[in-house]
Amino acid sequence: MDSKRAGNQTVVFGSPPVILASYSVVGPKEGQGPLGKTFNKIWKDQLNGEKSWELAESKMLQEALQGSIDEAGITKDRIDFMLAGDLLNQIVSSNFAARQIALPFIGVYGACSTMALSIALGSMLIDGGFAEYVLIGVSSHHDTAERQFRAPTEQGNQRAMSAQWTVTGAGSVLLGKQGVGPRVTAATIGRVIDYGETDANNMGSAMAPAVADTILNHFQDLKRTAQDYDHIASGDLGTVGIALAAEVLKQSGSDMGTVFTDCGIRIFDSTQDVHAGGSGCACSSVVFAGDLMQRLKAGELKRVMLVGSGALHSPTSALQGESIPGIGHAVVIEA
Amino acid sequence: MTNQSLREPTLSISPEDYKTLAKSYTPKPTIVKNILRAFFVGGVICAIGQVIINFFSLIGLTRAEASNASTATMIFFGALLTGLGVYDEIGKFGGAGSIVPVTGFANSIVSPAMEFKREGYVQGVGAKLFTVAGPVLVYGIAASIIIGVIAYFIH
Amino acid sequence: MFNMILPAFFVGGLICVIGQLLMDLTKPSFTPAHVLVTFVTGGAILGALGIYEPLVKFAGAGATIPLSGFGYSLAKGAIEAVGKRGILGALSGGVEATAVGIAAAVFFGYLMSITFNPKG
Repeated sequence: MDSKRAGNQTVVFGSPPVILASYSVVGPKEGQGPLGKTFNKIWKDQLNGEKSWELAESKMLQEALQGSIDEAGITKDRIDFMLAGDLLNQIVSSNFAARQIALPFIGVYGACSTMALSIALGSMLIDGGFAEYVLIGVSSHHDTAERQFRAPTEQGNQRAMSAQWTVTGAGSVLLGKQGVGPRVTAATIGRVIDYGETDANNMGSAMAPAVADTILNHFQDLKRTAQDYDHIASGDLGTVGIALAAEVLKQSGSDMGTVFTDCGIRIFDSTQDVHAGGSGCACSSVVFAGDLMQRLKAGELKRVMLVGSGALHSPTSALQGESIPGIGHAVVIEA
Repeated sequence: MTNQSLREPTLSISPEDYKTLAKSYTPKPTIVKNILRAFFVGGVICAIGQVIINFFSLIGLTRAEASNASTATMIFFGALLTGLGVYDEIGKFGGAGSIVPVTGFANSIVSPAMEFKREGYVQGVGAKLFTVAGPVLVYGIAASIIIGVIAYFIH
Repeated sequence: MFNMILPAFFVGGLICVIGQLLMDLTKPSFTPAHVLVTFVTGGAILGALGIYEPLVKFAGAGATIPLSGFGYSLAKGAIEAVGKRGILGALSGGVEATAVGIAAAVFFGYLMSITFNPKG
């Protein structure tokens, strides 16, 4: 029937959309990390003059979105859709940024997998003939996330060793029907997988099964293995999650070899006291928009799989004792 | 609990086995280090409280009055250090050593109130002062009332 | 000026160690708020049973500064008020005995909250 579908969960793009531009804005801590030089803009503090952290996050997202538009060198009126998402209730960061950017807006929520999910959706819109240009942006902010999900930032709590640090940042890409740049060739939409993890301080363990499930289905759908990729990056599994995912994949018959890594463990180093690594929508977003895009454009990486990892709980569901459902979305980008 | 999906799960590991696997991969808290730090920080905070009690006794307050005044003073310092942004650093290091003393109680009052100031002074600061203090007062006062009633019937 | 400092240090430290064990060895859903509620209620019960009083006499601030000391004051206040005033003392005694602490918490808490901003 559909020549665009492959297997159970994967779509293959007939005319792979081009990533025409990318832009990343991060906070000071991320700027001091190992990937500091790959980001376009580093803020000097968490507020940058805004009145609240929520307003700061929205401003950061706006800057990233505008950065992509400027770098692509096209006028804003040529963009057909804007897809954006974040971690806040009702994705307010994105809503308020969308108010300023004023394009037809599709709000997306995939928790920390929102970047990969948005790239998949944006590519479907273009390859399906519904758009010529799609603007994508995703943000998160350490302080807005702490306030909403965990505790006030000045409260003297001790964080668990498995806990992760929400990345303060915003990453954006601009997709186009034609042009020069790395191309999105396929996408695998994940299923929600919940293996009963109730500890909100151990997101890695909660998301690992979902990421593994998506990767396995992706391989089965496209009849590929890990060796067909130069680089497979999960969004924010952290040190605990990526070890678990690799082990689960191995037990399920898929040895990931040496190409499997995680944006959350790359964005901070061990001196920054982030315990299990970075997390948040911006984690995969700024690492992709910065480091991965640069290496794709330079020809250093030829075929990359970005697997966004999301924990689909809420503070309320956690208080009610519910477990944390996870999801993973994969997109393939080729130079 | 696993989702009811249309296809069998692709993964070769059952949820129960995964739980065991996850436990073995999850780092345990550094209990011995935490205990030593909690002991030291908690001890220092209480020692400071004792010096304050002694000071108030020296200037003429009774034992009970000095104890009350010392508690109030420690609350003041806990609140101040939270406002200055210092108490969360003490908490990261000291764990229960900074949470259990009454200075930690003050920290749990000021931190949410400060955080939610941007939502206004009534519903932000006013309401959020009690996110942690509220349960402490509810259960503490309720316990004391029940104890009082029991004491009444015993005598 | 410095008498009773060592007992205060040791007993206060040990009480905090109990809190640390509670935090580290229980499920993640047992938050710091749960720890504080446990301490205040525990202090009230131990105070009612007469077990906390000797600790206060021996260690002073080491017993009164941890939140269990607050529970002890609540229980002691309720029991003493019942002796003086009958059943109504059960309601008033605890709150009256800890009025200084509660008022200080509310007032200084409010003052610091409106003066400073969170730093993240």
